[in-house]
Amino acid sequence: MRKALANASADKGGGSKMHNTLVYLRQHWQLYVLFMLPAFALTVIFRYIPMGGILIAFTEYNPFRGILGSEWIGFENFERFLSSPDFMRYLVNTLKLSIFGLLWGFPAPILLAFLLNRILSKSAKQKIQLVLYMPNFISVIVLCGIVRIILSPTGMINSLLGTNTNFMTMPSAFRTIYIASGIWQGAGWASIIYTAALSNASKELKEAAVIDGANIIQQIKAVEWPAIKDTVLIQFIMSVGNIMSVGFEKAYALQTDLNLNTSEIISTYVYKKGLLDGDYGFSTAVGLFNTVINVILLVSMNALVKKMNEGKGI
Amino acid sequence: MKTKKKSEFAKLPSGDKVILVIGYTILGLFLLAIILPMVYIILASFIDPITLQNSGLTFDFSKWTLTAYKRVLSNNQIWIGFWNALLYSVLFTIISVVVTLLAAYPMSRADFKGKGFFNTIYVITMFFGGGLIPTYLLISNLGMLDTIWAILLPGAFSVWNMIIARTYYMGIPRDLQEAAEIDGATEMIYFFKILLPVCTPIIATIAMWQFVGMWNSYFDAMIYLNSPSKQPLQLVLRAILIRSQPEPGMVSDMQSTAERAQLAELLKYATIIISSLPLMIMYPFFQKYFDNGIMAGAVKG
Repeated sequence: MRKALANASADKGGGSKMHNTLVYLRQHWQLYVLFMLPAFALTVIFRYIPMGGILIAFTEYNPFRGILGSEWIGFENFERFLSSPDFMRYLVNTLKLSIFGLLWGFPAPILLAFLLNRILSKSAKQKIQLVLYMPNFISVIVLCGIVRIILSPTGMINSLLGTNTNFMTMPSAFRTIYIASGIWQGAGWASIIYTAALSNASKELKEAAVIDGANIIQQIKAVEWPAIKDTVLIQFIMSVGNIMSVGFEKAYALQTDLNLNTSEIISTYVYKKGLLDGDYGFSTAVGLFNTVINVILLVSMNALVKKMNEGKGI
Repeated sequence: MKTKKKSEFAKLPSGDKVILVIGYTILGLFLLAIILPMVYIILASFIDPITLQNSGLTFDFSKWTLTAYKRVLSNNQIWIGFWNALLYSVLFTIISVVVTLLAAYPMSRADFKGKGFFNTIYVITMFFGGGLIPTYLLISNLGMLDTIWAILLPGAFSVWNMIIARTYYMGIPRDLQEAAEIDGATEMIYFFKILLPVCTPIIATIAMWQFVGMWNSYFDAMIYLNSPSKQPLQLVLRAILIRSQPEPGMVSDMQSTAERAQLAELLKYATIIISSLPLMIMYPFFQKYFDNGIMAGAVKG
């Protein structure tokens, strides 16, 4: 096809750039109309049009009068939530949940990958992996259902401990429950990427290290860690970039009336304020605030990577 | 096998032995932590609710019962949920995979004019969006509330999957495309007859991701669908598992509120088993596709 393009422009004696583009478009219209249009249309309609709706954040939104007909109130919505102590608590809840989640949840799959790498029998390793990955296929609702059952006053944990604490109503237990169940469900699955990177570690290098009498710690330092270092770095940056987007689904399904003190996060607050209370402008403003912080985190993280990675960002 | 392993283990320096024992113990405990709750739920689902509440698990089989399973399976709402989840997941997977694979093709071609423009447009949406309310109002203005389209269309095009598919296409040897061009194949013929057939691993991966993702999610259905007849499985499960409000039909024949509450508890166990079974059985067969896909994603990273 490139040949055809070259011929076409040669025929016209190397016409103008504009002309070349037109020839290209005529020859390759299928690329635009059949291949690209569906995705492009979906993106414009469902991603870009709602961006225009962000204006709602600056209005006293009235559904009957529409965005432009509603009263323009500038940053009043933002002032309202930024000055509210409740909002500050939700912001802190969100940050704590994701930062602690990252601190505990990030190393877990790496540790699992190292451990799996030390299982010598291939069939045993496969069986272990089958079990490790299984929780990943449980839905959020079922996971939270299991958590609630296991932690109920008469549930498994309480009968093991011989107590009858109701963990689901304790604000102090929420983060632990959220993070631990996240590791329970996701650490095995997340370890795949590291296990794959580890299997790329040169076998000869490792054998040489063993012959030289290197012990496990030395092997990890010299052979295994270098093999997964880049993967770890990239995964870490992506996780940091997602700090503000803690999932709604799980937090909402683990909330009870009594643990809201720690379990109310920005995304659940946006949902309740917006769709349950109908305070559209306020809710949009909170959502926008959240998105902007997230973008700032991502951009600065990406800049950091570029610096560390000789100009290559994500 | 075991003796061989043992002798290898014996040869190790003692410091290594300690590390290995600790390591295997951690791994063992983690596996146990995964398996124990599952076994507990499976066993408890068979036990009579009063016994379970008073004395926990028992292997006195006279206390075992299939009541919960019968009640859950004879309830219409569960089946409606299953059917809707299947319908939404299959349709969503088809739409999503078609749109994503098509869009990835021009993006994979070096000579595609406008690649930078489209790339920018798409990548921006990965990090920035209008948020909940503007999206909800759009769906509402389009008249899509309480229709299947609200579930199927907004998330159909996944930029992330497009990038993965594009990376995969770019790994296909260029000779293949050049040979096709010499034979005079058009873009369509090259794409459908030559490129797609060699991309089945990545297609299967993306399809599985989308299917499982839709099957397991509940947020979109919760905000966009009101009619009970349109609720997917996860919403039905939410009523039973999270809000402890099973379908009236499942417990209404019980006399006292206490009995109803006990039964509602027991129904949770059976519901978890019944609803998780399909994916649990299917997953080992699809595991290798998921692995492939994660590797494909890693290449990009």
